[in-house]
Amino acid sequence: MGIFEYAPAPESRAIANLKDHYKPFVDGEFVDGSGEPLKTLNPATEEILAEVGTASASDVDTAVKAARRAYTDVWSKMPGVERAKYLFRIARLIQERSRELAVLETLDNGKPIKESRDSDVPTAAAHFFYHAGWADKLGYAGYGPDPKPLGVAGQVIPWNFPLLMLAWKIAPALATGNTVVLKPAETTPLTALVFGEICQQAELPAGVVNILPGAGDIGASIVEHEDVDKIAFTGSTEVGKLIQRTVAGTRKKLTLELGGKAANVVFDDAPLDQAVEGIVNGIFFNQGHVCCAGSRLLVQESIAEEVLEKLRYRVSTLRLGDPLDKNTDIGAINSAEQLAKIRGLVESGDAEGAQRWTSPCPVPDRGFFFAPTVFSDVHQSMRIAREEIFGPVLSVLTFRTPEEAITKANNTPYGLSAGIWTEKGSRILWMANQLRAGVVWANTFNRFDPAAPFGGYQESGFGREGGRTGLEAYLSV
Amino acid sequence: MTATTSPSAAPDTPAPLADVTRDDASLRRFLHGLPGVDQVGVEQRAAGLGTRSIKKEAKRWAIDTAISMVDLTTLEGADTRGKVRALAAKALRPDPERQDCPRVAALCVYPDLVQTAVEALAGSAVHVASVATGFPSGRTSREVKLADTRLAVEAGAHEVDMVIDRGAFLEGRYMDVFEEIRAVKAACGETHLKVILETGELATYDNVRRASWLALLAGGDFIKTSTGKVSPAATLPVTHVMLQAVHDWFTRTGELRGVKPAGGIRTTKDAIKYLVAVHEVAGEQWLTPELFRFGASSLLNDLLLQRRTQVDGHYSGPDYVTVD
Repeated sequence: MGIFEYAPAPESRAIANLKDHYKPFVDGEFVDGSGEPLKTLNPATEEILAEVGTASASDVDTAVKAARRAYTDVWSKMPGVERAKYLFRIARLIQERSRELAVLETLDNGKPIKESRDSDVPTAAAHFFYHAGWADKLGYAGYGPDPKPLGVAGQVIPWNFPLLMLAWKIAPALATGNTVVLKPAETTPLTALVFGEICQQAELPAGVVNILPGAGDIGASIVEHEDVDKIAFTGSTEVGKLIQRTVAGTRKKLTLELGGKAANVVFDDAPLDQAVEGIVNGIFFNQGHVCCAGSRLLVQESIAEEVLEKLRYRVSTLRLGDPLDKNTDIGAINSAEQLAKIRGLVESGDAEGAQRWTSPCPVPDRGFFFAPTVFSDVHQSMRIAREEIFGPVLSVLTFRTPEEAITKANNTPYGLSAGIWTEKGSRILWMANQLRAGVVWANTFNRFDPAAPFGGYQESGFGREGGRTGLEAYLSV
Repeated sequence: MTATTSPSAAPDTPAPLADVTRDDASLRRFLHGLPGVDQVGVEQRAAGLGTRSIKKEAKRWAIDTAISMVDLTTLEGADTRGKVRALAAKALRPDPERQDCPRVAALCVYPDLVQTAVEALAGSAVHVASVATGFPSGRTSREVKLADTRLAVEAGAHEVDMVIDRGAFLEGRYMDVFEEIRAVKAACGETHLKVILETGELATYDNVRRASWLALLAGGDFIKTSTGKVSPAATLPVTHVMLQAVHDWFTRTGELRGVKPAGGIRTTKDAIKYLVAVHEVAGEQWLTPELFRFGASSLLNDLLLQRRTQVDGHYSGPDYVTVD
């Protein structure tokens, strides 16, 4: 026991207004899905939170038809300035219900309340505000004087940022005049269904947004449905490839935001303490369940020891535990399946000879937790340097020269994000031009803004979300 | 003239760093070779840590610890012996109706009032701290600064809060600043030396880091943010940079040095944010009045009010604590 033990400071779970049962949201109403209901868990306690009705293939058809009707009869005809009003209303409702959404997100996902409260929910609202502003200005976005929407967008989102990914998908789709059929992840459907309530509160015309909980097969039904004009998917590269095969040869427009194995490159002239912060934020934010996580630290050999020493000290101050506690830095891994995957890759790191260091923080007996782990002496040939772990595990590699840093950073089939830490401005620009990554952060990491386009190269996918560029994915251009 | 500037009277720089103060060029190379501080990053980190929620027992502990770390300060032209005696009485018994309330760490006054403070606090464990060296601007000759220091020490001060020569620092005359701190340290003898960097005039975090190391190299027992006469005074990110410096100093030399933010810390909420920073940036062993102080005057009363709230379970008003 230390002398300054922070007393538990849990956010009240009552704020989440958790219900026993949730239903799919189709054509403006919550309906009984004809799929097998699923039970969603609190990954921090393994207790069942709620039963959620799921969709079947026929429900997908119903939802797509509703979306088509809403598109043809209402939404595509509505002037942008009117659509904007709905988006502004949704944004304000997200803000009004932000505490409820944050607590619910934390219960369902396992992420710390400080992140759902200070990052996920405010950024989700910001996406709606930002895109509301575009709705009546599409003619000035650089896609011609009167760019047209695509129609019905089928959207499939992951479990790592359930509400935020929903906002990334729905806000631009609605702003550009499309209607939506969205499937939240199997393990995190709750905030998406509360978003359905928000659509009702905002009096959004029926059918503009449809939300269908379910497993991968429902995602596949949406992707395969012939009346869907556009597919947007965020998730694993494996599923992304399946989707691409399915839509090949169809008229469907596709954007994919997939995995990553980002390099966070630290030069010897970096602001070291802030670089350490950036490394920590890069890999331990959201338990490392971030597609753009800085999971490979490339540090210049001359400062490797110093950086590792500072990093271990800093990581040992991270507080792991109850995600609802306001002082928790690292919450629960989202599912037993994901925890097993992380463990498997960590074992491969041990077997392949990397040096494992694990934070001495206490780990709760119940729930899916994994203590922050740093592997040093990692080489390019090891699995932990090549495969996406999607957990709080950092692989540390070294380099000698800037050229070597570029070579190693680019030596991955992925290309979603990268970080550069140096006080030399010219080197930042030189590096950024050569890094094959959709997002390059300089002297920071994991910063998101609705105005900044986000997306990847190669196996990290294609298409951009956010900013003016992100509008293109939902316009006929 | 008794004022000598011989640095040899001050303790030697610890062995691992002995070379860096060998000459002006080495010192300069060392200070400019320290890693930079990214403004956005350090401010983000400070704001992030500021969201820690300290409740119940942790809050009670933090309030009592903060009270015991206060350097109760009066540094006004209008200071009188009466005012100093009144503050001394408050320092000894911050909350007279609550015997279990800890006393403060020190009473901080101008040199000419040290004697009054020493008499008023005689036999207690509350220290007397004196500002010196031409406080607050430090714009006077070294002879005067050293004489100022000696007078404070001779009058019985346990701690001396000196100001660095910011002009010399900003001109890049680091060795002059270093030697002056050493000379003041020598004049202090056994008396504890706090080195005020006046971070509001140094302006950049890089400068704060360099000045912190300079003061640590020169033998300062504490590094202190501000005089309280310049705005901005203490800020959380500046204190982060200084806490990082004493942490790194400990890693390099094994020596524990202290940090004192001063000026602008008025509420319990703020004080707790600083304690969280001490805990998580420097480390748990800095959570003692030996190594962390608050330079403040109005902060104490807010701490006392919050202490009563914690103990009694309800708020009381400002009239329930003494004005000074």
